[in-house]
Amino acid sequence: MDVSKDLVAASATPLVLAILAEGDSYGYAIIKRVAELSGGHLQWTDGMLYPVLHRLERQGYVAAKWAASENGRRRKYYRITKEGRAHLAAQQEQWRTVDGTLRGIWMQACTI
Amino acid sequence: MTTFADQPLEEQIAQWRAYVRRRQTIHGPDVEELEGHLRDQLVALTETGLTGDEAFLVAVKRMGSLDALSREFARAHSERLWKQLVIAPDATDESPNTSRAETLVVLILAVAAALAVKVPTLFGLRLNPNEELPPFYARNASLFVFPLLTVYFVWKRGSDVVRSLWLWLALPLAAGAVFANVFPFPKGSNTEVLTILHLPIALWIAVGFAYVRGRWFDDGGRMNFARFSGELAIYYVLIALGGGVLTGFTFMMFAAIGMNPDWFVAGWLIPCGAAGAVIIGSWLVEAKQSVIENMAPVLTRLFTPLFTVLLLAFLATMAWTGSPINVKRQVLIGFDLLLAVVVGLVLYAASARDPQAPPDFFDGLQLLLVVSALVVDGVALAAIAARISEFGFTPNRVAALGENLILLVNLAWTAWLYARFLRHWGSFAALERWQLAYLPVYSIWAALVVVVFPPLFGYR
Repeated sequence: MDVSKDLVAASATPLVLAILAEGDSYGYAIIKRVAELSGGHLQWTDGMLYPVLHRLERQGYVAAKWAASENGRRRKYYRITKEGRAHLAAQQEQWRTVDGTLRGIWMQACTI
Repeated sequence: MTTFADQPLEEQIAQWRAYVRRRQTIHGPDVEELEGHLRDQLVALTETGLTGDEAFLVAVKRMGSLDALSREFARAHSERLWKQLVIAPDATDESPNTSRAETLVVLILAVAAALAVKVPTLFGLRLNPNEELPPFYARNASLFVFPLLTVYFVWKRGSDVVRSLWLWLALPLAAGAVFANVFPFPKGSNTEVLTILHLPIALWIAVGFAYVRGRWFDDGGRMNFARFSGELAIYYVLIALGGGVLTGFTFMMFAAIGMNPDWFVAGWLIPCGAAGAVIIGSWLVEAKQSVIENMAPVLTRLFTPLFTVLLLAFLATMAWTGSPINVKRQVLIGFDLLLAVVVGLVLYAASARDPQAPPDFFDGLQLLLVVSALVVDGVALAAIAARISEFGFTPNRVAALGENLILLVNLAWTAWLYARFLRHWGSFAALERWQLAYLPVYSIWAALVVVVFPPLFGYR
């Protein structure tokens, strides 16, 4: 089962913020983490992560800095900011509402 | 792991990087970030047992379509498309230092060009708003600017390449200076006007030589120079429009406090601005290549159908009414200009076209344009020939006739190549090659007019 494009796009922001809330990370590792968490069901086009990250950076939810990686190349690491954490909390609230609503109606459907 | 031992893989990565870099909305560090991702992905994939080639295919595929990606980047950084239109590329460019140095060099050269115009004043040739422009200025107009423009390209392209060429660059410019000034033109001389008009065309190829680093026949250099010329013309017109507004305000504001700024506008603002604008315009074309590159082709697309309609309407009207062309001097020049415009339309359509693409509707339209221009010109040429046989040769008529023939030959062969291309007998590349091979002909003819015509016609 693959998740539809719209849902992938909608969940990108909270997902990225949540992964960064676990610890600083960089593009490739974030993609790997997403695949791991979703069991491969959330299919991202790799490149598309970067515009998302850059947008979050402009909005001030994440901060980025270039640092040397273990392979000697320069790599851009992202860190979640305070505003980012607040935004993540707000997003969590929204997703919980959506999730709860859907659960509620599906439970009813089961019990009828 | 920084690099792969696998050389072909490194080459593929380099190609991919170059390809991504061409996207305007994806900047240098973004490319680096994406490349880092690609490399991480490649490491992981090769570790699972894929060969370099396979891993590369998978990794690039996972990266996603570059079109979609650059669209997303444009959305996330909407200012980028605009920023490129304004001053120098920001620090994210690969080499911020050189771009800053370039700004400085360009400003110095532009000021130098502006001051060069004022040098003759030291020798008593004043620009006076109440008198006619001394012909010295008109004859030497290109010589105030072109050497400095050449210096700019020599600087920009790397002096080592051009060191061996300086003679080729200096010689035409020096020769131009000599022929513009040695001939004893009387007042109101026709051949002097011809020199004024033709010298810039003759010398433009020297600028082109510097532009392509002397490698006239290499890697699309001529096509780039043709593009550059068209874009420069567009920029120059835009700058001139701005200059017009500036001039208008200068008059208005100083007149409001009872001053007459005539001497400043005619003696400084317009001549110095016109000279400096060539350098600034060239720099803008160079710096913003990727952004405005599409201006000339867009205008071409817009005006090819309109010119075709004009020519067809003209032919139909002439056939209907039977009125002959009334040949006057302006008519001669007018039809030359018409052909030049048509050649320009063909050239700039070619510059934007993918030579591999199959013929489409627009190519048919181009052929129609060229053929109708040929017919119109044939009619005009017959009228001109009749006038010459009646009234004899004058420098103006010979020059106009020569230009007409040169453009006619170009268009006739272009029509033939277009027809072959449309019938799938030939490739579009042949047409492009023909147009480019023809470029020096214009300069050579212009040089002939400058060098040979004045003595030939007794400077009249």
